[in-house]
This record gives sequence, structure tokens and C-alpha cells, in this order.
Amino acid sequence: MVTDTFAEGIETEITVMELNLWYGAKQALKDISVDIPKNSITAFIGPSGCGKSTFLRCFNRMNDLIKSCRVEGDVLVGEDNIYESNVDVVELRKRVGMVFQKPNPFPMSIYENIAYGPRIHGEKNKEKLNSIVEETLKAAALWDEVSDQLDSPALDLSGGQQQRLCIARTLAVKPEIILLDEPCSALDPISTSKIEDLLMELKKDYTIVIVTHNMQQAARVSDYTAYFLLGELTEFGETRQIFEMPREKSTEDYITGRFG
Amino acid sequence: MLKSTRSKEFAIESLLLAVSAVTVVILILISLFLFGEGAALFKDIPFLDFLTGKNWYPTSEPPIFGLLPLLLGTLLVTAGAIIIAVPLGIASAVFISEIAPPKVAEILKPIIEILAGVPSVVYGFFGLVVLIPRLQQLLDLPTGQTALAGSIMLGIMALPTIISISEDAISAVPDFLKEGSLALGATRWQTIYRVTVPAALSGISAAVMLGMGRAIGETMTVMMVTGNAAVIPGFPGGIFAPVKTMTATIALEMGEVPQGSEHYHALFAIGAVLFIITLLINLIAEAVKRKYRFKVGS
Ligand SMILES: Nc1ncnc2c1ncn2[C@@H]1O[C@H](COP(=O)(O)OP(=O)(O)O)[C@@H](O)[C@H]1O
Ligand SMILES: [Mg+2]
Repeated sequence: MVTDTFAEGIETEITVMELNLWYGAKQALKDISVDIPKNSITAFIGPSGCGKSTFLRCFNRMNDLIKSCRVEGDVLVGEDNIYESNVDVVELRKRVGMVFQKPNPFPMSIYENIAYGPRIHGEKNKEKLNSIVEETLKAAALWDEVSDQLDSPALDLSGGQQQRLCIARTLAVKPEIILLDEPCSALDPISTSKIEDLLMELKKDYTIVIVTHNMQQAARVSDYTAYFLLGELTEFGETRQIFEMPREKSTEDYITGRFG
Repeated sequence: MLKSTRSKEFAIESLLLAVSAVTVVILILISLFLFGEGAALFKDIPFLDFLTGKNWYPTSEPPIFGLLPLLLGTLLVTAGAIIIAVPLGIASAVFISEIAPPKVAEILKPIIEILAGVPSVVYGFFGLVVLIPRLQQLLDLPTGQTALAGSIMLGIMALPTIISISEDAISAVPDFLKEGSLALGATRWQTIYRVTVPAALSGISAAVMLGMGRAIGETMTVMMVTGNAAVIPGFPGGIFAPVKTMTATIALEMGEVPQGSEHYHALFAIGAVLFIITLLINLIAEAVKRKYRFKVGS
């Protein structure tokens, strides 16, 4: 495995140390160690089935939901080892938000979708909720499009709007990290570029990790890129370096479209 | 070869068409007969007098045919059954689809289906022998044969319908919705009652409607446990007193009436009203279910 040490002064948000993961007897992630820098966008690329989603879901312990899944190794979010037994998963998922491949707004109004997170974490004040809804919709560049229809069903929105709503919904619980698993794969190019712009904006305040199948997207938005192959982290470094001078032959083949 | 397959297919299709046509024709004939025989009553008695009449004295001189005690008896017993069955049914459905380990769910589901297949006379017998004496003792009543006994038994009988249809609706809520909730830091419980159950609500309402339809139409069990006194039930005292439902009235009195008599036609009129009520309930359930299908499909 090849890992770049970053330039001096770059803070690390997520530290992964010798992570191994199995689904039943099948090993899906092999001995992964990596430091993901704060306030930046890190892209995970690699052929289907190489473990990108699985790895992403280690950061908010969504893999806990899968009975056959077993994890060894350490993942630090900030200073905290999230695989220690006393970790509160609810707290963790507040800190580490996730946006899914298929937009999945709840079958409720736009307003209720955003208010959902703060509500389950105990926010009852109506005015506070109103301002959270407005703020996060603005941050997700959706406010102008939906401000006059907050009470209409979220499922009436277009796919791209739904995905931005899901990003807003994630922002509403004030996370530090946002994980996105191929968030644009179901969207048209215009919606995709809106979301890309949004991510560039959001990285000022958040650490973003995005899985993508789209090489141009990785090149356009990300600061760092990790290339996975067959459950291993083959190469990790600054995006420019990965795309211009990949160290590994297989990275180059994948990026240039020779396989995957 | 090809030709014979095709003609075979044609034969099968025609047969199926014929069978369904016969079913529809039979249904139409039954409805015509029911409404025809019932309508004959209103030559002698105004329809409104029948519908709002407070007394059911079919054998007095002259006889009085007022539906109200029977209608209210049916509604009271059914409402009670629903109040008992809905919370239990939804809770069981949630348990089976969201909480129970798959193995336990696999054992529970067929058991619940078997419950739906138990003949109603068996439920009635159980109610008569086990439930009624205990109710009488526990609540210190003159008789255990009460609307409450009917509600409890019908509630139990409506449970399998409510559980299995609600369970389908809850299982149909896609995992990606639940994951969306969990990823925001919601607990499993918060996810169940704030996302999963609301998302399945139209399916659950359809289940409740169908359960209610079953309870209203049920005859044998209610007849065996409700005491069959055709009086307008008081509220709330009437819950603990005997009542007579529409179904029980038809079943009990049909054997004694001379064909073509006023009483005979009155029983058919009851049947027609019952038919309309259950039809409405089923239509509402269908409509609700359709709405729910669109929702999950999106
Ligand atoms: N729930 C699961 N149970 C068993 N195996 C799984 C599960 N999810 C993913 N896998 C396996 O783990 C490997 C990595 O999958 P995934 O992380 O989804 O890859 P990617 O996101 O890179 O396409 C694949 O071989 C896949 O079949
Ligand atoms: Mg994936």
C-alpha cells in the first residue's frame, strides 16, 4: 500500500488503522490504513464490488446493521476510536452524516424531512426548527426552489432536488463529516453539477468523503483520491497526483478507462 | 405443435373467462334477490321507519321492525373489536417484521395464518365456555354474555387479518428509508414509529378496514357470546349488557319465519343493509390500499 504523507499542517479528520472487514467468511476489506484530511473532499474510486461502499459505511458504523459483518482494526474520528465497545452509535451518526446513492427522502413534507433529525435529537422549539430548516435548505442550495412549498411532499421534488434535500437533512443534525455514496449516479448532468458545486462550498465547514464511479467527478471535486481494488487500498494521494502520475499500473488503467 | 399449444391456450383462457363470468353472474343474482326480497318490506313500512325504528319486536301483534337496536348492537360490538384488535395487531405486525429474529418470525407467521382458518364456531365455543364465565365473575355481571364478550372474540378473530396485511405493508417499506433514518442518528425505535409505521400507514389502514369487514359480517361467534337481546345498547353500560347484532338476528330468526311474510322480508332488508356496509368498507380499504401502492412504488 502506498500512502502519501501530507504536507505539513494538514489536519486529519479520520484515521484508519489496519482495518479488516469480513462478510461471513468472505473478506471484503484487507488491511486498510489511511488518514483522511479535514475540510477537504476525498474521493473513493475503483471498480464495482471493490469495497468502496463497505469502507465508507465503516465511518458511521452502518455496517453494524449487517449481521454477517465483522470488523477488526481501528477507525478514529477526531480523537475517538469509534469501534470501541462503549461508543454511542447514535452520537457517532450525528457527527458523521451519510447521503445515499438513491435519494431517500422520507414520505413526509419537505419541512418534516429536515426537522426530522433535530427532532429525534430533542429539539422541540418551533422557531429553532424553522431557522434550521431555512439555514440548511440555503446551505444545500435548495431554498430558492422550495421556500414556498415547504409543506408539500418531499417525494414530489425532482431526483436532483430530492438528493439536495437529503444533503440538507444531513446538515440539519450538524455533523462534522459527510459521507456520500455515489450521490449523483441517479441524476442528470445539471443536477449533478449543482451537487458538485454544493460540495465544493460545503468543504469549508465539513470533511467530505464521496464514492464515485465518475472519473471526471473525482477529478473535478476532490482534493484527495483513494483507489480501491479487490478490497485493498491500492493508492491514495492528492487527486492531481493520482490522475496525472499514478504510481500503480492498475490505477492508471482504471483512470484511463482501460478496465472497470 | 405450435398450433395445438395455441388452441390449448385458447381453451384454457375461455374456461377461465367462463368461470369468472359465472362468478359475476351469481354475485349479481344474489344481490338482486337480496335487494328484491328486502325491498318488499317497504311496501308496508316506510324505509325511514325501518332504519330509525327503536324497537325490534318481530313477533308482537302488530310486529315492529326497527333496525336501530340491531345496527347499534353491530356497531358497538365491532367498534369494541377494533379497539382491541388494532393496537394488538399493529404491535404484532411490527414485532414480526421489524423486531423478531427471522427464525421466530418464520414460526409466528404460519401460526397466525392457522388462527385465521379456525372455524368461527370453535371461537364461539371457546368464548362460551372459557371467556363468558370469567367475564361474569371478574366484572360481577348478571350474565357474561355481553357486547364486551362479542368484542373480545371478534377482536381475536380479526387479529390474523390485521396482522398479516399490516405485516405485508410494514415489510414493504424499503430498507433505504430506514437506513436514512438510522444514518441521522435515530434509534431503532424512533425509526420504527416515526418512519416505518407512518410509511406503511395506508396499508395498515386497509388492514384495519378489512379486519373490521370481517368483524361486522361474523355471525356464529357473536351469536354464541352476546346474549342476543334486541335492545338499544346504552353507553357505556351497554358494553356490559347483552346485545343482538344484525347477523345474529338473521341467523336466529330465519328458521322460524314463514316465507314471504313481513318478518321474512325484514330479515332480508337487514341483510341488504349489512351488504351495503361491508361493501363500503371493502371499497374504502381497496382505495386506501391503492394509494399506498403508489406511495411505495415511487
Ligand atoms: N451485505 C452484504 N453481505 C455480503 N456481502 C456483501 C454485502 N455488501 C457487500 N458485499 C460484498 O462486499 C464486496 C464489496 O462491496 P461494496 O462495498 O458494495 O463494493 P463497491 O461499493 O465498491 O461497489 C462485494 O464483493 C460485495 O459482494
Ligand atoms: Mg457501492
